[in-house]
Amino acid sequence: METEYRFTHRHIISLDDLSRQDIDYILRVADSFKEISERPIKKVPTLRGKTVINLFFEPSTRTRLSFEVAAKRLSADTFNIAPASSSTTKGETLVDTACNLAAMNPDIIIIRHSRSGSPRLLARHIKASVLNAGDGTNEHPSQALLDMMTVREKKGRIEGLKVAIIGDITHSRVAHSNIIGFTKMGAEVAVSGPATLLPMGIEKMGATVCSSVAEAVADADVVMALRIQKERQHDPLIPSLREYANFFGITPRTLAGAKPDALIMHPGPINRGVEMDPAVADGPRSVILEQVTNGVAVRMALLYLIMGGD
Amino acid sequence: MTFTPLDAAHRQSLLLAGGRIIDPVNGVDMAGDLLVADGRIHAVGTQLAAPAGAARIDLGGKWIVPGLIDMHVHLREPGEEYKETVASGTKAAAAGGFTAVAAMPNTKPVNDNQSVTALILAKAAAGYARVYPVGAISQGSRGENLAEYGEMRRAGVVALSDDGRPVTDSQLMRRALEYAGNHNLLVIAHSEELALSRHGAMNEGFLATRLGLIGIPRVAEEIAVYRDLALAEYTGRPIHIAHVSTSESVSLIRRAKAKGCRVTAETAPHYFSLTEDAIGLYDSRAKMNPPLRAVADLTAIKEGLRDGTLDAIATDHAPHSELEKDVEFDLAANGIIGLETALSLSLALVREGVIAPGRLVELLSANPARILGVAGGSLAVGSAADVTVIDPDREFVYGLDQVVSKSKNSPFLDRRLTGKAVLTVVDGRITYRDGI
Repeated sequence: METEYRFTHRHIISLDDLSRQDIDYILRVADSFKEISERPIKKVPTLRGKTVINLFFEPSTRTRLSFEVAAKRLSADTFNIAPASSSTTKGETLVDTACNLAAMNPDIIIIRHSRSGSPRLLARHIKASVLNAGDGTNEHPSQALLDMMTVREKKGRIEGLKVAIIGDITHSRVAHSNIIGFTKMGAEVAVSGPATLLPMGIEKMGATVCSSVAEAVADADVVMALRIQKERQHDPLIPSLREYANFFGITPRTLAGAKPDALIMHPGPINRGVEMDPAVADGPRSVILEQVTNGVAVRMALLYLIMGGD
Repeated sequence: MTFTPLDAAHRQSLLLAGGRIIDPVNGVDMAGDLLVADGRIHAVGTQLAAPAGAARIDLGGKWIVPGLIDMHVHLREPGEEYKETVASGTKAAAAGGFTAVAAMPNTKPVNDNQSVTALILAKAAAGYARVYPVGAISQGSRGENLAEYGEMRRAGVVALSDDGRPVTDSQLMRRALEYAGNHNLLVIAHSEELALSRHGAMNEGFLATRLGLIGIPRVAEEIAVYRDLALAEYTGRPIHIAHVSTSESVSLIRRAKAKGCRVTAETAPHYFSLTEDAIGLYDSRAKMNPPLRAVADLTAIKEGLRDGTLDAIATDHAPHSELEKDVEFDLAANGIIGLETALSLSLALVREGVIAPGRLVELLSANPARILGVAGGSLAVGSAADVTVIDPDREFVYGLDQVVSKSKNSPFLDRRLTGKAVLTVVDGRITYRDGI
């Protein structure tokens, strides 16, 4: 007899922690929440009385706002802490900041931080649920989930698809979470980019490393471009943005080898004309803005589920 | 467990009866007794009679070995006494069976002149083990100018190192090797090519990629080991390579020795006990420099210890408080404490059949004494009575409340360990005694 499935996670920190069944369940809940954002009155009382803190140590527009919108549409009380107003600029440690926030009894802390692993550090020290909104060059689980939601919505499935991820794989937490997530759901993930931006051992995470963009994109159902993350690069890793655009940018020509109905994705923000030609970003196959719409639904689902989901 | 500092302990006549005496320098491995009197080893034999007034300790087959010498520790005094002091560090040493430690110079201020050396030695008089200060290669360990080797030597340093801060300028390293010869001092190399390692937090490879951490490639160590070996060969001066962590470093040292270069090398217990997997989900207690590596490296290091390529086991005891460790992984300080676990972890090599007990004593006592040119490492009659008694079968859990060091940053916390020192004797004085 099949045992009844229950979502039991209290934190969302890494896609490694989630099973295929968990991901499938999150995406289904997100699908059902999407409709709330299309109502004239975009609010349900699900998380009334719950306190959600957005603790963002890195600048973010899209993700921070997306989480805030998601929490508010579920009627949670939300508070934002931005880097400039945070005590860490006065020398407070992350653990101290977290413990002080925890002392005000929040239910969920959503953290974005420039250091990989910081959500784990937070979760070790506080009782509240921790939701990783991007940690350093490690993971960005809610982004991968919204990407998977978008692909599933457009393609009807994830299993058996070929997903090409192009660009700065080393510094992209989006790429890391997507490689884990899409391969877990049965897709093939091909990565390509300058060899200086492909991290050692990435194939062991389940990705196929391609020496050319054309090879990665060949017959792809999804083509995802990543931003060059200058702020995380310590050494000269590419000669110039122009050369990058010429050899690794996604252009209509690059896309010739992909499936005719391939989806074009980008986690944003886009450097137009660098990793993606505007003609591609704004073209008919681009689902970049739908990714943003689905982001709210996925984040509503995550907030709802880690609070017990009843 | 009882501890007595050197300035409070009295030299006593001591008959260690019924032990297994392991003294490879003198070709001894036998059941017998050892008599200590007037701070010297008075007699080694069987059925020795206890002179009047001598305390007799029956050992029931426990090992009697020359006092263990850790040639690579950080005592943090002066400057970071909240992490460790000469007193607390040597107390941890005594608990680990060490009768002497070599103290690296990266204190605050750096031990790059005779007054810092003198301060450390003055503190050591009230400690629990002998302290052999290591002086800095360069002033402030900044890698610019040579430090005052002659004056430091006169004040008591036994070797030179900029440990923790590799000498990036090859010409300075060459001059250091040359000038150290004037003062008969050994140069200990922290071999690391900073351009490759500078931003890294752990071994480069799949795990670092998976954790989103910047890697430290193995070649960062190997390129620097090669450079330092080449400079030693070119200048004809001896060199000691500290904390070897990769298989290729072991190969490079093996080749240099085969060519007849005057090179010695050490590794630390964590490099043959743990791999990078110990980091798990960002456990900063498993963060050190050089970083924990892969299984193939661990295997090569064991082979190096077995075949003589690696001469010594040294802990790189590096105390850090929660302030430096309970932070984001890539911001956490490098280093772990090691004095209290080194012997147990090394005894595991004996139980695994990698090395014999005699080789263990070479690695932890005889060779460090020879390399540093200090007393000890032998149980010859007439030599200073630095003696360690080991119970190779004693099991214990290295719990937080057991840690003697002032800092608790060990990846071996809460591990069940087998084998430990039960008696530590320095200069005929008992500094540490546990259950016998």
